[in-house]
Amino acid sequence: MTAIQLNWALAGTIVALLSVATVVGQLLARQPQLGLNPAAVNAFNGRLRAWWIICCLLSVAFLSRNLTILLFFLISFWALREFITLTPTRHGDHRALFWVFFLFTPLHYLLVWLNRYDIYSILIPVYGFLFIPLRIAIAGDTKRFLERVAKIQSGLLVCVYCLGFAPAILDLDPDNYAKCSRLLFFLVFMSLVSEALHFVWDRLYGRNVISPNINGTRTWEGMLGGAASAALVGMTYQLAFQPFNQLWHTALVSMLIAVMGFAGAMTMSAIKRDRGVKDFGTLVEGHGGVLDRIDAICFAAPVFYHVAKMLLVA
Amino acid sequence: MITEAILTTTARLLSGASVRWVDSQPDTCQRVYFANHTSHLDVVLVWSALPQDVRRLTRPAAAKDYWSRGWIRPHIAKVYNAMLIDRKEIKVHQSPVDIMLREIGQTYSVIIFPEGGRSSGETVGDFKSGLYYLAKKRPDLELIPVYIDNMNRILPRGEFLPVPLLSSITFGPPLWLEAGETKNEFLERARNAVLKLRERER
Repeated sequence: MTAIQLNWALAGTIVALLSVATVVGQLLARQPQLGLNPAAVNAFNGRLRAWWIICCLLSVAFLSRNLTILLFFLISFWALREFITLTPTRHGDHRALFWVFFLFTPLHYLLVWLNRYDIYSILIPVYGFLFIPLRIAIAGDTKRFLERVAKIQSGLLVCVYCLGFAPAILDLDPDNYAKCSRLLFFLVFMSLVSEALHFVWDRLYGRNVISPNINGTRTWEGMLGGAASAALVGMTYQLAFQPFNQLWHTALVSMLIAVMGFAGAMTMSAIKRDRGVKDFGTLVEGHGGVLDRIDAICFAAPVFYHVAKMLLVA
Repeated sequence: MITEAILTTTARLLSGASVRWVDSQPDTCQRVYFANHTSHLDVVLVWSALPQDVRRLTRPAAAKDYWSRGWIRPHIAKVYNAMLIDRKEIKVHQSPVDIMLREIGQTYSVIIFPEGGRSSGETVGDFKSGLYYLAKKRPDLELIPVYIDNMNRILPRGEFLPVPLLSSITFGPPLWLEAGETKNEFLERARNAVLKLRERER
């Protein structure tokens, strides 16, 4: 199959899978006598709606590199808004925050667009890291100084720097754009699938809760089982669309995505518990914020980017 | 018309405001919306948070010294159909409350910020007596408490560059002046109504 045909096949498969899941979800919602927890069915259907939105938005990746980078910039910007909104800051942080939002975030994506890996890979972790405490120090408010600096730095790193590696995947193979766009899709698809697999394993076989203070439903069984079954799904995916050259490459990357997605969800949950909220935002009423949906991708993107880079060269 | 659309959209995008009505519904009946005041954008924000038919019948009260300076501010004030109140020179029969009552007539609602000026946003300051006299002279007006959250972080006092955090606006249930209630009791009750919406936020 040619690259374009493969893209169409992939899009068709995704739409078919989502349609099946939607039909099942609707049937479950109408069959109360099955004895399923209605809250869980509702949560499943809510997730599905979010997945439809994500897949529709992500389809621009097949069409245009520019639009994809713009899309991820907007997502980063919104996620950072949600992150900083939940983080207590003081008046002294105002100017630093202004530069974080209107200089570092657009500049990072501009460099991603220019494909300058050498600069964007250090812009935020080095220059942003140094700039933020300096600007807050100039503002002259010393109360909980280090804590405030760290909060802004983490927000910028998670929401902008880490997520920025997702559109950067499009430049992994300069000669084959279609292949890169499928790699980006693979990352997003696998993090959504592994999220679902974690959920199923937690419900069916979960015994040992990892950390009851943070999330009472996440278990070790769910984490390991989710990662193993994600590898299986990845191998099936490999047979059809060949994101990597070797079967074991795909299996390994799938497992990594599952584990990193788990790490992202866990870390973001810790922040939410600390602030005493359930969700980061209310962009769509009842579905949480943007950051609640992309936490897994934020953590998986940089790891995926670097591992895929190594595997493609090998 | 176009300026209205542009300003409303900009205010919403910039502040990312989510609007909530708690035990209360948007209505075109005559009302006094009273809100906490932490930033210059507050007026625009509360006004844009109302549904269009209600917004057309709602006039913010704004400080004349701030909103009549330059050329863009008077223009904006005109779009919002704001009533400019002189807070420096107050004459007999020309008190802000009298002007407001004359301006709203039997049709309009009004948005006021009873703290008098912008506060730091850490707490809600004491209310000035204007709200009490409004309620006393026009007992038919519904008084709606409004809490604006986070605007003090988006555009704090003394800053001119906004940071695009997410704010939220909560409208509460109406209250009226009770029979035999003193001025201080009433103002304290009104202030607590705003603070109660703040606790709901957290």
